[in-house]
Amino acid sequence: MYTDNKNNVDLKKRLVLGCGALVYDLVDLIKQNPGLSELVDLQCLPASWHNKPQLIAPGVDKYLSKNADNYSDVYIAYADCGTGGELDRVINKYNAKRIGGSHCYEFFAGTKLFNELSEQELGTFYLTDYLVKNFQKIIIQGLGLDKHPELFEVYFSNYKKLVYLAQTDNERWQKEASRYAQDFGFEYEYRLVGTGNLDTVFNGIELATI
Amino acid sequence: MNEEDDFDLNELDDKELVEQIQDDLYDGLDEEVTEGTEILLSRGWDANDVLGEALVGGMKIVGIDFRDGILFVPEVLKCAGAMKGGMGILRPILAESAEDTSLGKFVIGTVKGDIHDIGKNLVGMMLEGSGFEVIDLGINNPVENYLQAIDEHGPVILGMSALLTTTMPYMGVVVEEMEKRGLRKDVHIMCGGAPLNQEFADAIGVPAYGRDAARSSEMAEDHVLSLRNKRVHR
Repeated sequence: MYTDNKNNVDLKKRLVLGCGALVYDLVDLIKQNPGLSELVDLQCLPASWHNKPQLIAPGVDKYLSKNADNYSDVYIAYADCGTGGELDRVINKYNAKRIGGSHCYEFFAGTKLFNELSEQELGTFYLTDYLVKNFQKIIIQGLGLDKHPELFEVYFSNYKKLVYLAQTDNERWQKEASRYAQDFGFEYEYRLVGTGNLDTVFNGIELATI
Repeated sequence: MNEEDDFDLNELDDKELVEQIQDDLYDGLDEEVTEGTEILLSRGWDANDVLGEALVGGMKIVGIDFRDGILFVPEVLKCAGAMKGGMGILRPILAESAEDTSLGKFVIGTVKGDIHDIGKNLVGMMLEGSGFEVIDLGINNPVENYLQAIDEHGPVILGMSALLTTTMPYMGVVVEEMEKRGLRKDVHIMCGGAPLNQEFADAIGVPAYGRDAARSSEMAEDHVLSLRNKRVHR
């Protein structure tokens, strides 16, 4: 769950503590700006908390209580993510910041597009690259549908559409997302939105190399 | 269950059978819960007692373990499905019972902009089990729906649910409108939903925040009983 990085701490560095579902996107962003790797320590918490948002704020608090003092500042790569303000209470305790928005779908798509999609069809189920790649683990097993497929109606009876908010243009994942929509009996829409506002976690870092 | 673990529920005495129904409910075994319910009724148990002791009692244990992080949503939904099995047997009996044990009407609905109803449905089932007549408005309810339901049904309590941080503030709109129309003195308001907390409920002027289905049901029951006690002592 956690990586103990106490031996690698550097008070000039920023800690970016994020949701495990964002890890590949964050790593890619760091790779695109090589100077960042010298200035940022990236740590992630379990992506499975996507289905258990009540664990997010205590989990972030636990990690920061042990590690926040080792960094110049802390940025949380989460939105509110269903914590109802609990995450903000933790963040304030450590004088940290987080990405704006209510969840990752919003900061990936941008608030304007996300609101438009929600208005078009309130019963929309969203997927990202990570969720497409890990659909079986996070959605099917995470919701217990592998053991109890009869719960499908309980979870999804109010949904009509699946929108894949893609970070990368990947044909295989598009096919998979489309198939999941078909399996669930949902209308399907694909939107290549990229990583949206995810890069705000690096705001304020001055890169000498750029 | 293995064949060798299988046993006849009829062989258990009443106390053991109630405990077994609670265990089966906890394990989400709807057929066993239904069978146990039928056996208790066949032994002359009052339907209200079967409901309260076996089913609601079992769901309260589920509620506690959900709150403590021992059970998660999929397991709770299986438990709820098992309770539904028992409720299916009891509901018609309770409906035609001459004795009025109803705690009153409870209007419940998910607020505008929100389609999530798992928690709301669990609360509705627990309320029904506790003796409320539940009027379920479903999902995505604008303020007008709540007001119309209050007008039509005259509930003792109105319950609002939301799962999204973006939709929960709409509860405040409903509260304000009820305040304007002078409805708050007659209708108690409760709210619930994963991202909510007591602080939020206080901020929008909702007196009762139910952190989970079992607690919400207890709070609703306590409210009605306290109203009744006040009337008796007047």
